Amino acid sequence: MAFSKSEVLQGTLDLLVLKTLHSMGPMHGFGIAMRIQRVSEDLLRLNQGTLYPALLRLEQRGWIVSKWGISENNRKAKYYSLTRAGRKQLVEEAESWGRMSAMINRVLRTS
Amino acid sequence: MRELFRTFTHRLAAVFRRRRLEDDLDEELRSHLEMAVELNVRKGMAPEDARGEARRSFGGVEQTKENYRDQRGLPMIETTLQDLRFGFRMLRRSPGFSALAILCLTLGIGANAAVFSWIEGILFRPYPAVTHQERLLALAGTERGEARGTPISWPDFLDLQRSCTLFDAFFVTKIMGTTLSIGDRAEVTTGSIVSANYFDAIGVPPILGRGFEPGEDAGRNAHPVTVISYQLWKGRFKGDPQIIGKTQRLSGTLHTIVGVMPEGFYGTFVGWAMQFWVPASMEETFEAGGYKLEDRGARWIEAYVRLKPGVNLRQAQEETSAVAARLESAYPDTNRGRGIRLWPLWQTPFNNAGALLPTLEIMLAVVVFVLLIACANVGNLLLVRSFARRHEMTVRMAIGAGRGRLVKQLVTEGLVLSAFGAVGGLLVAHWCRHALVLLFPARGGVTMHLPGEIDGRVLALSAGVCLLATLVVGVIPAIQTRKLDLAGALKADSAGVVGGAGRAWMRSGLVLVQVSLSFVLLVGAGLLLQSLQRIRNSSPGFSTHGVLETVVPLVSAGYDAPRAQSFQDELLERVKALPGVESAAFGRMTPLSYGSFSSAPIAVDGYQAPPEEQPIVQYNEVGPDYFATMGIPLVSGREFMRADDEKAALVAVVNETMAAKYWRGKNPIGERVQVKGRWMQVVGVARDSKYESVRETPKPFFYVPLRQNFSRGADLFIRTPLNAETMATALAREVHTLDPGLALYEVITLQEQVDRSTSPQMVAVTLVGVLGGLALLLATIGLYGVMSYAVSQSTRELGLRMALGADASNLLRLVISRGLALTAGGVLLGGVMALALTRLLGNLLYKVSPYDPLAFGSALAVMTMAALAACFLPAWRATRTDPARALRD
Repeated sequence: MAFSKSEVLQGTLDLLVLKTLHSMGPMHGFGIAMRIQRVSEDLLRLNQGTLYPALLRLEQRGWIVSKWGISENNRKAKYYSLTRAGRKQLVEEAESWGRMSAMINRVLRTS
Repeated sequence: MRELFRTFTHRLAAVFRRRRLEDDLDEELRSHLEMAVELNVRKGMAPEDARGEARRSFGGVEQTKENYRDQRGLPMIETTLQDLRFGFRMLRRSPGFSALAILCLTLGIGANAAVFSWIEGILFRPYPAVTHQERLLALAGTERGEARGTPISWPDFLDLQRSCTLFDAFFVTKIMGTTLSIGDRAEVTTGSIVSANYFDAIGVPPILGRGFEPGEDAGRNAHPVTVISYQLWKGRFKGDPQIIGKTQRLSGTLHTIVGVMPEGFYGTFVGWAMQFWVPASMEETFEAGGYKLEDRGARWIEAYVRLKPGVNLRQAQEETSAVAARLESAYPDTNRGRGIRLWPLWQTPFNNAGALLPTLEIMLAVVVFVLLIACANVGNLLLVRSFARRHEMTVRMAIGAGRGRLVKQLVTEGLVLSAFGAVGGLLVAHWCRHALVLLFPARGGVTMHLPGEIDGRVLALSAGVCLLATLVVGVIPAIQTRKLDLAGALKADSAGVVGGAGRAWMRSGLVLVQVSLSFVLLVGAGLLLQSLQRIRNSSPGFSTHGVLETVVPLVSAGYDAPRAQSFQDELLERVKALPGVESAAFGRMTPLSYGSFSSAPIAVDGYQAPPEEQPIVQYNEVGPDYFATMGIPLVSGREFMRADDEKAALVAVVNETMAAKYWRGKNPIGERVQVKGRWMQVVGVARDSKYESVRETPKPFFYVPLRQNFSRGADLFIRTPLNAETMATALAREVHTLDPGLALYEVITLQEQVDRSTSPQMVAVTLVGVLGGLALLLATIGLYGVMSYAVSQSTRELGLRMALGADASNLLRLVISRGLALTAGGVLLGGVMALALTRLLGNLLYKVSPYDPLAFGSALAVMTMAALAACFLPAWRATRTDPARALRD
């Protein structure tokens, strides 16, 4: 089963982006999209376009910063990297996500 | 919270770097797609398929960009900027329309801003440079049963000043005219007698020298010092830097100039600019009527107080009333029935503020009317244009603009218009800030000063008016967008009928409003005009024609009593000998002038005053032949003669009201009246006349011979058929022969005196008249616009009628009757409004009912003429319709 884009809630996408940047280091938009798809084993097929407003939102909040750079195959690309505030945010969001999913699991199991 | 703030600054910054960021976005998305294509190719897809797949997995590029943009900047501000740009472009594209709309709004907003600035400059912050005017109050005395304020006496002032604890400052002023002679030039000028704390209290230090020192207002004639105005220093003293310490003869007494006030300070008397100030100790030198600083019965000064911070008017009034009550019981002879009242500055009972208050209040309502009419006009213009722009609007809706977005666009366009109107309006207000002065008749020796003040408050109010105009102007076409339907826009335009229903209802409605509002103003102007005529034509009880009046300022020229007496006798002989002079007389006060008659407690044999009442009656000191010269008829007895001098028995003439009140219908001739403790015999009864105001009701008044109560300050009255200029020349020659150092006041007719005393009415009539005319003009333009548009939109109907045999006169009648029907509706509505509103004119009306049929009738006539004029051209154009073409098109 694949999730459609409407099921990828805004907060979830933010969390995925932050997590990706955390484990992969600075990365451009295309790379982030590929990585998310690969890690979710193509379960999560997001409309890649929706990534960009999300990136901008994270940048506006100060969680990531962007810088123009050159890609591995010599193309100009905008690289995003995590800030300290972003790292903190990731920890917080991962925790709350964990609590949330644990709770949902419990509810699903008992009923 | 920090994130919100960071987001906001980020977005705000993006608004200004829009182009850069747009390029960045393009670049970033392009690089994304290229990478995707490259990857797909590497996976073995054909280039075409690779590109297609990349696009598919990306989603809509334009949609992404649009979402991105919404996230990036501040969309609301950006669309507003876009609307503004678009609005400007629309204005530039139709300059005629824009100019007319802006002109209308300029007039509407300008009238408002001008009246705001007058109210600010005259009523709320009347004294430039004076600190903390918002806590300043006027203080005056009251007489039991009378609403108006009276001057107070110096001893009362000192007691109040000592006893009241809620005031920061308490100072008094008394305006007076004097003769100022520099070199061989003698001139009449205006100054103030003030308490010594005056300059400290108002918080305006002199630019040169010093103000008055404590104690300089005490001691009879003890401190001949003066502070002069900047204008006097620059003008008459040529800006002499060594001026301090020099002496100047004022009222015949040498005064040392101790200070010069800064530019832009005119004293504290609304309407007139003061040229110099002297301490109260010099009162006797400047004021007729002798030494008054120790006389509690002599009420001559006007006072101001500044409240301590945090004290309100009610608290201060309570304390003041308590002190006044103590004074009343301590000094019953002079103070019985007298109170002290505080007034906010804008209701100051003395000076011109109080006189202008009702006029300015009415003006506030009038300018709102003018603004609404102007807005209606602009609204109508916009409506016409919104029809022309139907296609544009329809297209924009068709490609997905929401109605809200269109309304926002229209309101923004309205804002651009009214912003221009506001700038224009403030310019108008700036040019008009001295205009009120022009409406007052000039008088010699006085510099009128009634400036409007455009400060932050006025600017804010004008901005508010501008926003109101924007709403009215922008919302009207916006409502119209509700009717936009995509198909309807393609319908033919020429199929309407003249004045028919449908889309025209709104334009007709606006004209209805305009006509009704201007009808109200016309009725108001008519009522005021009639009042003015009544007030000026009503007999004041003395002759207004054929009598001239002037002042021979002997006090201010330094004459002592004996010298003044012989001068007056000699001058009177010479004047009577002049050709054309029928009679002449002196009197201390001219009726209806600014100043106060003497008043005194009286007693009459057999009259028992009610316990609460201290009978105090005003009187005038007049010379022989006064009644004959003034044309005041004597009901019985005789008037004063040369023989009624200081050696003869004391006599008095009373007026009818006094005779009726104190002698109860019995003939008072031969009876006695006690004035200030002296018994006088009544020798005559004079008809009632007007003394202080044309509007006053008859009141007790009496006259005593000038010789027996001598006052150096005396006005000269001359009965002659000659005009004022001729007389002035002759009089100046006679005066010059007797004393070359005497400056003569202007010579005016008593009618002029009446006119001056009613100048606030004149101002009201002029202002309402001018604005009523303006409103009428705007409404006429509005009606004209609606009618000519209706005609242009109904050529088919007109053509059909012509084809069916209607001739030119039929069509003329058709169009004009529809225009008149619209006008009639407006007049009906306006009539109802006027019936409800004219009562607000209140005491500006004099002997005219607020429902006066003549005023309503003439307003109707004027409105009808204007409507006919407005309809004629469109009607004439209707008759020129070519039926063949109209039906073919």
